[in-house]
Amino acid sequence: MAFGAFATSAPVVESAPRRRSRVALLLLLPGIAYLALFFLVPLVSLILTSFQEKTPGTDIGVYSYAFNLENYAFIFSTYGEHMLRSVFYAVVATVLALLFSYPLAYFIGVTLRRFPLLQALALTLVIAPFFISFLLRTLAWKQILSDEGPVISTLKGLSLLGSDAHFTGTAGAVIFGLAYNFIPFMTLPIYTSLEKLDLRYVEAGGDLYASPARTFFSVTLPLSAPGVISGTLLTFIPISGDYVNASNAFLGSSETAMVGNVIESQFFTSQNYPVAAALSIVLMAAILLLVSIYVRKSGTEDLV
Amino acid sequence: MIGRFFARYTIWIYATLAFVFLLIPIIYTIVFSFNDSRRTNIAWRGFTLDNWIYLCEEQGVCQAFVNSILVGVIATLLATTLGTMIAIALVRYRFKFRAATTLLLFLPMATPEVVLGTGLAAEFLTAGIPKGMLTVILAHTMFCISFVVVTVRARVASLDPAMEEAGRDLYASPGQVFMRVTFPLLLPGIIAAALLSFALSFDDFIITNFNSGPFVTFPKYLYTAAAKGMPAEANVVASAVFFIAIIAVVVSQLSAAAKRKRLAKQ
Amino acid sequence: MAEGFAEAGADLELVGITKRFPGFTAIEELNLTIPAGSFFALLGPSGCGKTTTLRLVAGLEDPTAGRILIGGKDVTQTKSYQRPVNTVFQSYALFPHMTVLENVAFGLKRRRIADPLGKAHEALRLVELDHVAQRKPTQLSGGQQQRVALARAVVNRPALLLLDEPLGALDLKLRRQMQIELKDIQQDVGLTFLHVTHDQEEAMTMADTVAVMNKGQIEQMGAPEELYELPKTAFVANFLGQSNLFTGKVTSTGKDSFVVDVAGTKIEVPRERAQRHAGEVTIGVRPEKLMLHTVAPKAASGTNVIGPGRVSDVSFSGVSTQYTVSVPGLGEVIVFAQNMVFGPVVNTGAQVWLTWTVDHGFGLADDPAEAPRFEPDTDTKSIAVQKREKLEEELEEA
Repeated sequence: MAFGAFATSAPVVESAPRRRSRVALLLLLPGIAYLALFFLVPLVSLILTSFQEKTPGTDIGVYSYAFNLENYAFIFSTYGEHMLRSVFYAVVATVLALLFSYPLAYFIGVTLRRFPLLQALALTLVIAPFFISFLLRTLAWKQILSDEGPVISTLKGLSLLGSDAHFTGTAGAVIFGLAYNFIPFMTLPIYTSLEKLDLRYVEAGGDLYASPARTFFSVTLPLSAPGVISGTLLTFIPISGDYVNASNAFLGSSETAMVGNVIESQFFTSQNYPVAAALSIVLMAAILLLVSIYVRKSGTEDLV
Repeated sequence: MIGRFFARYTIWIYATLAFVFLLIPIIYTIVFSFNDSRRTNIAWRGFTLDNWIYLCEEQGVCQAFVNSILVGVIATLLATTLGTMIAIALVRYRFKFRAATTLLLFLPMATPEVVLGTGLAAEFLTAGIPKGMLTVILAHTMFCISFVVVTVRARVASLDPAMEEAGRDLYASPGQVFMRVTFPLLLPGIIAAALLSFALSFDDFIITNFNSGPFVTFPKYLYTAAAKGMPAEANVVASAVFFIAIIAVVVSQLSAAAKRKRLAKQ
Repeated sequence: MAEGFAEAGADLELVGITKRFPGFTAIEELNLTIPAGSFFALLGPSGCGKTTTLRLVAGLEDPTAGRILIGGKDVTQTKSYQRPVNTVFQSYALFPHMTVLENVAFGLKRRRIADPLGKAHEALRLVELDHVAQRKPTQLSGGQQQRVALARAVVNRPALLLLDEPLGALDLKLRRQMQIELKDIQQDVGLTFLHVTHDQEEAMTMADTVAVMNKGQIEQMGAPEELYELPKTAFVANFLGQSNLFTGKVTSTGKDSFVVDVAGTKIEVPRERAQRHAGEVTIGVRPEKLMLHTVAPKAASGTNVIGPGRVSDVSFSGVSTQYTVSVPGLGEVIVFAQNMVFGPVVNTGAQVWLTWTVDHGFGLADDPAEAPRFEPDTDTKSIAVQKREKLEEELEEA
């Protein structure tokens, strides 16, 4: 299950055929109605708002409907660069998170199987960063990686960096922050998959002349694919809409603005709701498109 | 021989380094909560407990924290109730539009927070609801429902329906079956879902930022403070939350292990 | 063929193998030689160390001490993927994410053998499963999975093929069929098979040589008939089939045989079929070697007579009938009689005498002072009889 990362991997019992009943509707209605009201309606609201335009001759924040695609044309021409940058950052950060998290998930899910207490401890350590607000975590990195901080000054002292080099405010810092903040989202689903891996398959691989490396790529990796897919989705989607890491109060600067930053500034600073809405719609559409291609290619059965 | 040693222990070394890396910002935050800072908490000045003792004297920190807790509790209650009901219906009953329902549940998790945030803000604006604590609670409940459904659903699916059938066989009415059989068995999953929901709500920034107006939650407080200068008291609150959470997790793990040991001995 | 792998089977040698796990020793100083091209069965109850031995040979575990040689080459330090050994796992371990064909071709591809898919098809035809080549393992029945697992191992023509209780999950008919097929394949291809099982019937049907293992040691090794007709220890006597065992003192010894006094009854045992010839000994005879008489038989040389006793149970099992005879001083003695006529030869309660040819008896190596004394015990009673007695006991207590 793609988003079952936080669910326990308990075995599913063969259930009796589902009953058809009024009770089902009663149970579903409140929740579904709530979601319809506070999710679907806002989406529709967004779509509608994205077609508005500034009413001529009025103050900021007053709009009326215009049924054209001007807003969309505008955002593609002005903010196309931001969109590409967001995709680029998201892809790189997701890949980095994957490379970092997979061995860690393997360690916890396979190597630590013989030490259940250590396994529980390791899982706690992976989730621990969640317990400190991600704003503070990102700020901490900003200060650690700042020009006066320990990392840069040491590297400069060792002459590994030029005296005018800096890291915070660059694309690298933003990607670093994005990857760091979403490591638990990547590690936990992969861990869930690897935890269930039957090691006898690995033994069979070795028995059939596959070296440990080969066994990993031919047996272990494919069998952990569901976890990798879940983790990638759970990481990529939030990253693409993030604006905290890239904002200049944190790890970014005005040159690293992502789509999220633009939406934020259009919404709050310019109060340009139609443009903000249009950008949101484009972002969501892009993600849905990418997710559906990805999922179809990797073939997961149900995502919920 | 060295090659063999490395092959076996590489992953342990990697894991240890990885954990250290993960914990760096946490340790930094906790350490700097003891910093004798002035306006900004960037350079280390000296150790002090003042920040911890005189925590609420710093403007707004404690209020923001309390706000976050309040919102978290209310949103969790709502989301857990609504989500559990959906989860039970999904697993145990047949109904039309199952695919549509599943899609509706899946979409919020696949939508970036900016989109959810702006959407809700647009809706509240159109409906004329002033932004504040109410809108934040409504927003948090919304995005938590999907996570609750996923968590509880797994638990419901692993529940043997024969239990409920046994309950009915033993003269329990449907209501009694639910209260005495289903609900207690689902409770661990519901609790897990509630904890997850609370964590998501407490730490949420982006959606909150778009929908809170003058109402300040703890993450929102942090965001504004980041630009001006983060007071050490913010670190204190965050560190306190961290310790409470860690202790809670450790205690629950130990008690679960102790329970297992006790049962095994019997 | 890739170099390093035999065209035909190779022999296996285990020298001084010891395997210790934290807390217990699985195998202690095991020495074993399996000649090339033979079908060898390692037989024993759960926990006797047979699966551990198999895993050591496969390279899935490292021995605490000792050496393993395949075809004369010391492979103790080589990893499992470098050894010319393949395993048919108990759980089959078919890769769920690959098709049947890809599974079978896996080993060939790793060794870069030419035309891996063609050879895989050939192997599947051998087990009559070529028509499911494109299916995934989860779509096959247990019996089909087992045959695919076999094909996957055999296709690599390994010097040594290891089978870890592969027929356990199959129903009786399929198991019998597979036993014959396995034997055929082994002889056709000329591989060396090492079959690990707890099913003594299976071991005796398929193997050229059987080794009975108990608590990390090999109790006895030899051809199936040899093991069955001349068990050397009580464990082997009771594990392979059933035995009537008696303990007594040697009273007189002759040139070819000696006499044991068992609670007053004199039993003659041939010297060359006995491991101990003096003092307290445990001797035995197989139930099917006994003959029932309803009148006292005349004493004859070369025949042991015991009785009279009373038939306490008659148990029909199709091919034969099992009679349990209570002989005073000797306890419950089991007799198997082939059903040559309809119905039992005698009924419960009848008075009978039992005879057997002296040459059919055997003497065990166990010293009764250290080992359990044998009056025929519950091991040799049929399960139905045991259950009935237990029920009767409980009813009496109630």
